[in-house]
Amino acid sequence: MSELRRPIESGVPDSKNFMHPMLVKNYGQWAWHDRPQPGVLRHVAKNGDTIYTVKAGSQRQLDVFAIREICDIADEFCEGYIRFTVRSSMEFMTTDETKVAPLIKRLEAAGYPVGGTGNSVGLISHTQGWLHCDIPGTDASGVVKALMDELFHEFKHEEMPNRVKITTSCCQINCGGQGDIAINVQHTKPPVINHDLVSMICERPTVVARCPVAAIRPAVVNGKPTLEVDEKKCVCCGACYPPCPPMQINDPINSKIAIWVGGKHSSTRSKPAFHKLVVAGLPNNAPRWPEVAEVVKQILAAYKQDARPWERMNEWIGRIGWPRFFEMTGLPFTKYHIDNWRGGRSNLNASTHLHF
Amino acid sequence: MSKKMPATPLLDQLESGPWPSFVTGLKRLANSKDARAGDQVKSLLGQLELSYETRKGYWKGGTVGVFGYGAGVIPRFSEVADKYPESAEFHTLRIMPAPAFFYDTKSLRDICDVWEEHGSGLIALHGQSGDIMLQGCTTDQVQKAWDKINAMGFDMGGAGAGIRTSAACVGPARCEHACYDTLTAMKTIIDDFVDDIHRPSLPYKAKFKFSGCANDCSNATQRSDYAIFGTWRDDMVVNQDEIKAKVAQLGRKEFINQVIRMCPTQALALNDDDTLDVDNKSCVRCMHCINVCTKALSPGNDRGITIRVGGKRTLKIGDLMGTVVVPFMKLDTEEDYEALLELAHRFLDFFADNALEHERTGEMIERIGLANYLEGLDLPLDLNMISQPRTNSYVRLDGWDEEARKWSERQTNAAE
Repeated sequence: MSELRRPIESGVPDSKNFMHPMLVKNYGQWAWHDRPQPGVLRHVAKNGDTIYTVKAGSQRQLDVFAIREICDIADEFCEGYIRFTVRSSMEFMTTDETKVAPLIKRLEAAGYPVGGTGNSVGLISHTQGWLHCDIPGTDASGVVKALMDELFHEFKHEEMPNRVKITTSCCQINCGGQGDIAINVQHTKPPVINHDLVSMICERPTVVARCPVAAIRPAVVNGKPTLEVDEKKCVCCGACYPPCPPMQINDPINSKIAIWVGGKHSSTRSKPAFHKLVVAGLPNNAPRWPEVAEVVKQILAAYKQDARPWERMNEWIGRIGWPRFFEMTGLPFTKYHIDNWRGGRSNLNASTHLHF
Repeated sequence: MSKKMPATPLLDQLESGPWPSFVTGLKRLANSKDARAGDQVKSLLGQLELSYETRKGYWKGGTVGVFGYGAGVIPRFSEVADKYPESAEFHTLRIMPAPAFFYDTKSLRDICDVWEEHGSGLIALHGQSGDIMLQGCTTDQVQKAWDKINAMGFDMGGAGAGIRTSAACVGPARCEHACYDTLTAMKTIIDDFVDDIHRPSLPYKAKFKFSGCANDCSNATQRSDYAIFGTWRDDMVVNQDEIKAKVAQLGRKEFINQVIRMCPTQALALNDDDTLDVDNKSCVRCMHCINVCTKALSPGNDRGITIRVGGKRTLKIGDLMGTVVVPFMKLDTEEDYEALLELAHRFLDFFADNALEHERTGEMIERIGLANYLEGLDLPLDLNMISQPRTNSYVRLDGWDEEARKWSERQTNAAE
């Protein structure tokens, strides 16, 4: 056996080795910024140094040929530097104002839309989905591609009251984060259990412990130790599926898409907020999920029309009230919107503040 | 002779429309000159088309790794390998990028070359935690690809029940709002915890994230167990001439609508001469007015960090926001960084000792209560940790006198 190499435990690289020299020079010395046009940021340092950032969307799942073309563009316009945002947009920086327009032209010619700054709809942050995840209820990159096609204008223009952050999640337990609009899988039936495999594959106490509503218990089926689910208690979250793949939660028909609104990470103006359920039961309709796109566009249209400048989705709804939100979006209000999870009572209206 | 391109009528529908298409990218890889990678991606496209058809995923995990590390490779074996044999193994290598995702094109090109030689050529920039995701490696190529990536100066990211790859906002590199050096803080903490990244042995995953101000551009609030934000203690800095210019630009009514009325604590007023009146004692450092008036307003000069602990997504008890555990700490000098590192280790030691299996930090705190958590970490109580005092009387208060005495003592000590 050949000798194995011990890894070099170097941790994270130093960003300064990968930064445009103008950023290194003015590190911590920036004074202000503005947006000369959608998709372009201008940052000015205390000494007057200026750098322009052109922001472009990407498909996040990039092939090496695409990355090399992106590098060609960065070499041609940005001295060989590029930065990505947490939502997989690309930032091309140059100190030369005259390069901004040709850079935008070059990016758009290569198929990378410029936008996503300020009060626009940013690139939808997404997960792995069918392409690569071991527990996905739907795809991620396809959902994002289909939706960004629909929201293309809103990415390229700053016409929203404030920034809109949209997220997707291919299961309901883990990956996707909070968003102004969150598009998440929501299962509607308990797992289908292959009792022949459970004892061979699953560490049963771990699976029992994983259930948030204690609906799973040990059982014996056909003489084999296995697990059973109290289907009356089960909330169909799918938490048992990752530690026990024979408890299949994904279903082509019964795994639906739900849409949540008003999530917010920042403490800007209002405190951070969780997103709230508004629509469920949408079909997992690959390859373009038109029913999902329809609802997302309805919500965005109401927000765009009615919210005041700087109001994020949850701040807008906080002002106009939920009755008005449902009225404006035309969405149905059901008993399932009423929170019955622990602490859910704080989501009820304990006042005589009413909207008519 | 290379494999035939599979028919993908459903995926083909994702090639139209103005947004860049990952399907087109996959087809570029499938048609590449390299027959091995091409066949692998053709096979992948076949499996993905099957998923689109049946609306089911077909990957399962397993155990694949590199020598010396216990995490960082995400094994993927196909459950339909009989139909799609060339993509039977499609593992991911998680690689940590520089804080705030900065690259030079040479490094990106080098990564592409390695991934073209040893993998499928498919790279996600980036995963939800912040990794470079090199996707599509066969088991026999994992170590070879890793050796080359590691030699370039990149290290593997986290997976499983350990510390995960981190993310930072752009910070002082290109933002005037950054109240601390998010990039250096991330590098300092992550580099110190490489052992816990590479050899996961915690009750469950643990994430740090770094945002330079309340705008939280790294989404730390609910996406990290240990979220570090920039803030300031003194008065915010006001350039009254620029305020006047902003009032002139927006008009008085819109300035009042967009700045004054949007202040969450009513800490702002517009003076008769169009200058700004700031009640800094009521200001909660939310950043709104500073965002609107980037030329006129800035964070104060006595800057530092706020640490919020316990953010996480749904599993198991429901989504949680990180809550304030350290309201303010300076982060300028080497001693400050050492104090942060020491505190980070206390967080993780307590988590390792006290969390149940598969319990996140936020869930542990929910179970034991914040007061016990603070006591366990030897952190002082602070009124900034709560939004209001308790509203129910189900509590034993026979230690009241002693606790009240401790508070007075601390107040006296602080005053001295």
